[in-house]
Amino acid sequence: MVSLRPLDRKLVRDLWRMRGQAVAIALVAMCGIATFVTMRGSYEALLSAQTNYYAQYRFADVFSNLRRAPITLLERIRDIPGINAVEGRVVFDATLDVRGLDEPASARLVSLSTTPHSQLNRVNIRSGRMIEAGNASEILASESFATANALRPGDTLVAIINGRKERLRIVGIAISPEYVAEAANLQDAFNDVAITLAPHASASQVIEHLDKLLAPYGSLGAYAREEQVSHHFLENELAQDRVTGTVLPAIFLGVAAFLIHSILLRLTTLQRTQIALLKSFGYSNTAIGLHYLKFALLTVMAGGIAGIVLGAWLGRGLAEIYTRFFHFPTLVFSLSTFSVTVALLISVLAALLGTILAVLRVLALSPAQAMHPESPALFKPGPLERLGLQRTIPLSVRMVLRNLERSPLRALSSVIGLSLALALLITGQFSYDALEEIIRIQFRTAQRDDATVVFNEARNTGVIHNLAALPGVLRVEPFRSMAVKLRFRHREKKAAITGLYPERQLRLILDERERPVALPQNGIVLTTKLAQTLGVTFGDMLTVTFIEGKRKTVMVRVANIVDEMIGLAAYMDARALGRLAAEQETVSGAFLAIDPLHQRALFRSMKSIPGIAGINLREATLQSFLATVAENLTTSTTVLIAFACIIAIGVVYNAARIALSEHAIELASLRILGFTQLEVGAMLLGEQAILTLASLPLGCALGYGLSVLLSVLLSEEVFRIPAVVSSKTFLISIGVVLASAAASGLLVWGKVQRLDLIAVLKSRE
Amino acid sequence: MDSTSDDVPRDQASPITAQFGPPVFALRDVSKIYTMGEVQVEALRHVDLELHAGEFIVLLGASGSGKSTLLNILGGLDTPTSGTLNYLDHNLTSADEAALTAFRREHVGFVFQFYNLIPSLTALENVQLVTEISVNPMDAAEALALVGLSDRLHHFPAQLSGGEQQRVAIARAVAKRPDVLLCDEPTGALDFKTGKIVLQVLQRVNRELGTTIVIITHNAAIAGMADRVVYIGSGQITRIERNAARLSPEDIAW
Repeated sequence: MVSLRPLDRKLVRDLWRMRGQAVAIALVAMCGIATFVTMRGSYEALLSAQTNYYAQYRFADVFSNLRRAPITLLERIRDIPGINAVEGRVVFDATLDVRGLDEPASARLVSLSTTPHSQLNRVNIRSGRMIEAGNASEILASESFATANALRPGDTLVAIINGRKERLRIVGIAISPEYVAEAANLQDAFNDVAITLAPHASASQVIEHLDKLLAPYGSLGAYAREEQVSHHFLENELAQDRVTGTVLPAIFLGVAAFLIHSILLRLTTLQRTQIALLKSFGYSNTAIGLHYLKFALLTVMAGGIAGIVLGAWLGRGLAEIYTRFFHFPTLVFSLSTFSVTVALLISVLAALLGTILAVLRVLALSPAQAMHPESPALFKPGPLERLGLQRTIPLSVRMVLRNLERSPLRALSSVIGLSLALALLITGQFSYDALEEIIRIQFRTAQRDDATVVFNEARNTGVIHNLAALPGVLRVEPFRSMAVKLRFRHREKKAAITGLYPERQLRLILDERERPVALPQNGIVLTTKLAQTLGVTFGDMLTVTFIEGKRKTVMVRVANIVDEMIGLAAYMDARALGRLAAEQETVSGAFLAIDPLHQRALFRSMKSIPGIAGINLREATLQSFLATVAENLTTSTTVLIAFACIIAIGVVYNAARIALSEHAIELASLRILGFTQLEVGAMLLGEQAILTLASLPLGCALGYGLSVLLSVLLSEEVFRIPAVVSSKTFLISIGVVLASAAASGLLVWGKVQRLDLIAVLKSRE
Repeated sequence: MDSTSDDVPRDQASPITAQFGPPVFALRDVSKIYTMGEVQVEALRHVDLELHAGEFIVLLGASGSGKSTLLNILGGLDTPTSGTLNYLDHNLTSADEAALTAFRREHVGFVFQFYNLIPSLTALENVQLVTEISVNPMDAAEALALVGLSDRLHHFPAQLSGGEQQRVAIARAVAKRPDVLLCDEPTGALDFKTGKIVLQVLQRVNRELGTTIVIITHNAAIAGMADRVVYIGSGQITRIERNAARLSPEDIAW
């Protein structure tokens, strides 16, 4: 048998006696450590998957699209200083006729070099084989495309390429670093280049050279990896993991430290005479301090270790979601020594923080002083009573208010703890609210078209009549989109100006009050985000350089700034845009309203129309967007809600247990005097009820503030996250906090029923 | 001291009944056995006792004699293992928790050794706490006047001396006009002088309100104040003495 030192034996017994509270603290610490381990582990897994994948499959640093250039131009690109490797490809969007799918699918076809060593943006074959050199009818399908359409190697597709129907045979399923978030063969020409840079080369200098060289070939301007959509998306996720991996654990461990503090404060008060006794026996302050520190350490560490295990489990789950979402060949969650070490260190830190103040207070007393019981608490009338309102306040409420007033810091800490739980609940559900708001405004109010058709090059306006004549088309509204560089003073941004016609019904530009904004006859309308990026305000003159067509550079006045969900967008009246670019009136695509009854017939006829690069069906886009986001969101929200409940229960349970310990004699006396269990229970839990109620407005404000902060932090160029929290979210969150508080109340209720009445007759605390 | 002594308690009833009327409490063959781990402790053994309205009783015994157990059973804090306990026409022998609570609330006043006042309430509020839940209470301020604390109504317990706190406790106990006031070592935590003041208050309550008072103590000097003194040892009533004349607290000393 292991023989424990007496002080350690006391520790074990203290822990056992206070097991309920110790477990509550351990659970809160567990949540903190679990979030840290999950987020840190996922971050590491994602980062290493990204690094390996990019390196192994030679993900390019700079990209550029152009209309068409001869293969020989590649040699001149290679001569640009700072370039390591260049690959010319053919990339274009085509309409596919997939068996079993009514609507035409749009696909991006990317040429692949079959010589294994030179190639950038290599693909990883998941099943089947690589295409054979020189065989123009063989393709690889991206994994996500194949999965979505139930395609397997051996299946064939019909694509409309340059107006001709071509049969393509899928020989393999692959994934590529370029289309982590989403494959054809052409000769002698390319319309897309991917470049890797030499070490220490400047991407912006290479881009400048490249743009000059490629401008005559219809280049829309080169961009660096940072602007590449898939890469950008991934970086964004990594940044989010870093934020959540820091903020959440800090909240949980802060609460754990506070709980440790309050429980040790009570324990050391109760054990005041024991501490004095130990001191008089010659135990040093260090020995006694360590004794209580061990109490905190054991509690928090137990939670910490459970948190590491839980975090590893949750992290593995998240890694699975990431693997599906990002299409990496390998994404393995592993517990790094780093995250385990840091997790344990922060547990120790929380325990230390919680212990130090409580224990120093008692250690400061001389043994003789500490031998005496603490002098009775001096109460005074509360603030309401000083106003002369005591007649209106029942005695039991007066008791509660005076207790709260006597230890305002503790009451405040409880309120803060509960507010944080409520704030977490609100923030957790805020993502749903933001999503609904985006859908409501963007997909239901601003975009009213059923489908958007995009042509592979600008067409003359006669195409509108062709579209209108198709079966089931109720309305056609054309648009013109032109690639530009926008410049204001030293700031520059590549963007597209969308030219719209005045009699619009299918695509509205909305102001902040969701009222449609008319496009001026002259001048440009920018989204808030784009205006901020460029540093322009209403009335400023913006320099616009067209990077297609005649490539003119002109000045245009900022006529309006609209607060759209879509991050970076610029709008003009279509005819004004044509005049500005000195181009003939052409259209890039059209918004359609469709009669659902004739949808099938329409899709069938569209499959055979040449020149359509793609069709976006609003509902289909929305549904696929929701499907991707929903899984991620549901998982994280569920975990967050569970964790917030643990905080709420932990805080209320501990506060109620401490209150019970402090007022046990009073309450038992009242029971002897004939008060019922219900009356006494109400007095005890009344304090917790008041604290819980007080935390509600603060928690709602904090939750709203955190949501606004998140909306700012997570808003990116592509999309603005609206700062809206629905009343449903507030109500559900408040409900969960109240239920958690009630659950803790019930746990303590059992103790009220078991109050030892007889012991009270003799005890003097 | 002018007193009569009798070794057979049961035959005591008649002269007392003549003086005080029929018994309010009646304990018949009451035993209480506590099981502590594997050991059974017989705290009370076959106790018979009757208490009458307006009587002043002192239960005298050493610690561990069973006097606290007897008080607990009388006060509805505990139930006997065997035997019967009646309060007027209520049978409390096997009453449940709710019935016992109601009994304490309506009929019993308690005074504790360590006062057990609510520290967050003033003297007046401590009394009001009880009058609020009583059917026919006296005015809280009046109850405090009865114990001589009219000038301390708005003081918190921490601002009162031990004796004053105990008097507040007595005011709290009598304010609901209980039928019986059970006092557990009411002077145990007090010095001689303050202890006597507290006893005077108890005597006054007994005289002016006619409340039955039971004091349990190991302080034999208090016995002189009682109508009857019940001696307890080893869980049994060993002797009951009747004082022909009660001493005033001023006349006793310890």
